[in-house]
Amino acid sequence: MITIDSLTKRYGAFTAVHDITFTARPGRVTGFLGPNGAGKSTSMRMMVGLTTPTAGSVTISGRRFADLPNPGREVGVMLDASAQHAGRTGREILTIAQQVIDIPARRVGEMLELVSLTESEADRRVGGYSLGMRQRLGIAAALIGDPQVLILDEPANGLDPAGIRWMRDLLRDYADHGGTVLLSSHLLTEVEIVADDIVMIGQGRLVCQGSKAELLQAAGTVVRATDLPALQRALATAGITASVTEDGALRTDAEPTAVGAAAYDGGVPLTELRTADSGGLEEMFLELTADTQRETHRERAAA
Amino acid sequence: MTATVSTVVDRVGDRRPDVTRIPLSRAVRVELRKMFDTRAGFWLIASIGITGLIATVATVAFAPDADLTYYTFAKAIGFPITVILPMVALLSITSEWSQRSGLTTFTYVPDRRLVIGAKTLTSIAVAVASMLFAFAIGAVGTVVGSTVAGVPEVWDVSLGHALTIVLGNLTCLLTGTMLGMLLRSSAGGMVTYFVITLLVPTMSGLLAASQQWFADLQPWVDLNYAQSFLFDGMQTGAEWAHIASTVAIWIVLPGILGLRLVMRSEVH
Repeated sequence: MITIDSLTKRYGAFTAVHDITFTARPGRVTGFLGPNGAGKSTSMRMMVGLTTPTAGSVTISGRRFADLPNPGREVGVMLDASAQHAGRTGREILTIAQQVIDIPARRVGEMLELVSLTESEADRRVGGYSLGMRQRLGIAAALIGDPQVLILDEPANGLDPAGIRWMRDLLRDYADHGGTVLLSSHLLTEVEIVADDIVMIGQGRLVCQGSKAELLQAAGTVVRATDLPALQRALATAGITASVTEDGALRTDAEPTAVGAAAYDGGVPLTELRTADSGGLEEMFLELTADTQRETHRERAAA
Repeated sequence: MTATVSTVVDRVGDRRPDVTRIPLSRAVRVELRKMFDTRAGFWLIASIGITGLIATVATVAFAPDADLTYYTFAKAIGFPITVILPMVALLSITSEWSQRSGLTTFTYVPDRRLVIGAKTLTSIAVAVASMLFAFAIGAVGTVVGSTVAGVPEVWDVSLGHALTIVLGNLTCLLTGTMLGMLLRSSAGGMVTYFVITLLVPTMSGLLAASQQWFADLQPWVDLNYAQSFLFDGMQTGAEWAHIASTVAIWIVLPGILGLRLVMRSEVH
């Protein structure tokens, strides 16, 4: 379990992370979502003691990271897969980890197998690794101490589609065995496939948090009928405001039950009725981070 | 992709009663390994042996017969070592920042003092081993050199002198350690080291030659000047005081500042 309490980091007048509070729970994958520069990496560095917070605290299984006697045995960390001495081989990097945290040497081979790095790849220097290979090595280094908590910054970066699938299955499996996973991403689709809980930040501030199910529900309902104007009238009669989506359906914040009842009362046959899916969450992601997105500023400046 | 997490991650969620604090001895062992496990690191330390051998051969070949004494050999072999050892000490610290490996090093070992302490001890161990090598190869050089030249062997380095030479080398080495902590940059550290060891002594000498007040002050503030007492093996009580004063000014005080910076600095 990772408990983040009022975490704040200021650099002079600039506030990189502002008063963030959330919990990543065991048995669940928590997605830490936000646009580039939102403060995700700074927050994660504070969690593992690489950056000193201006205010607030982080505990891992009830203890501060710095107070963990041998952190590699309790928390697996991957903040930047490229941050390795380019002159060491992949195997050497894992061997150093294995020796520092004092675990059996066989773990090195087991981890290489787990992340599908071949013997010859493992004996090459990481300076020549692709980003995907570095990510795999980083995951191996995070898991080698058999920790209960994983903190991963953009773990899917540089992986090919098969690699992303593999990473997703691995993290799912890990959480299903009781582990706590906190992973960051600036890509919503990546997070929503694997995450149970989602924490969104923008410009260093917490924008929203909750279980994926809750957030999807909050994303509203999508409803479709052959006779769109009739459906619009039926919903209006029931006092439900809805907007027309790009593909000719209606989207509303009302519950599917209420929408279904309104259509029934208006005698409109529906062709589709469901909670808004990824598209809805994405809309919310863009909306919630709208005033924090660089693109928006640029568009406004251009206009 | 045959292995799954469940086959290798056995005890997720368990508390770890067997987890104990990382001892200094383990940190030293790992840092020693890290000093040799890259080509750059390996050749840097190998260069101590290589330059030692070259210096020995060159001394036999070029030194006048009368100078083929043990001290000549020790000095010739020791000179490259005084340059290389500080680089070993410096790079072992700065590479964590320059190569960014500190990101993992300091997450496995959050107590940065432990990491820096282990690196310093490791550098000292390499230094002592290098000095023993230098003294040994110097002895071989003396025997071979005097046999070749047909002159008697001259053993003109006392044990006490040998110890102060080691001490002198350690002050060079720790200058590298200090700069590593203070600057945390490989290139910046190396440049500053050569400024301190080459430029500062020259300027200090010029100033002392022209300004009487500085000539009196120089032994107390010029590290290079004070180090020469250690290498030349002539120490009086006053000279020990000069050594202590310059080491405090050039190594201890900036070293303490450097350690504070290491403790506070953000690792990216």
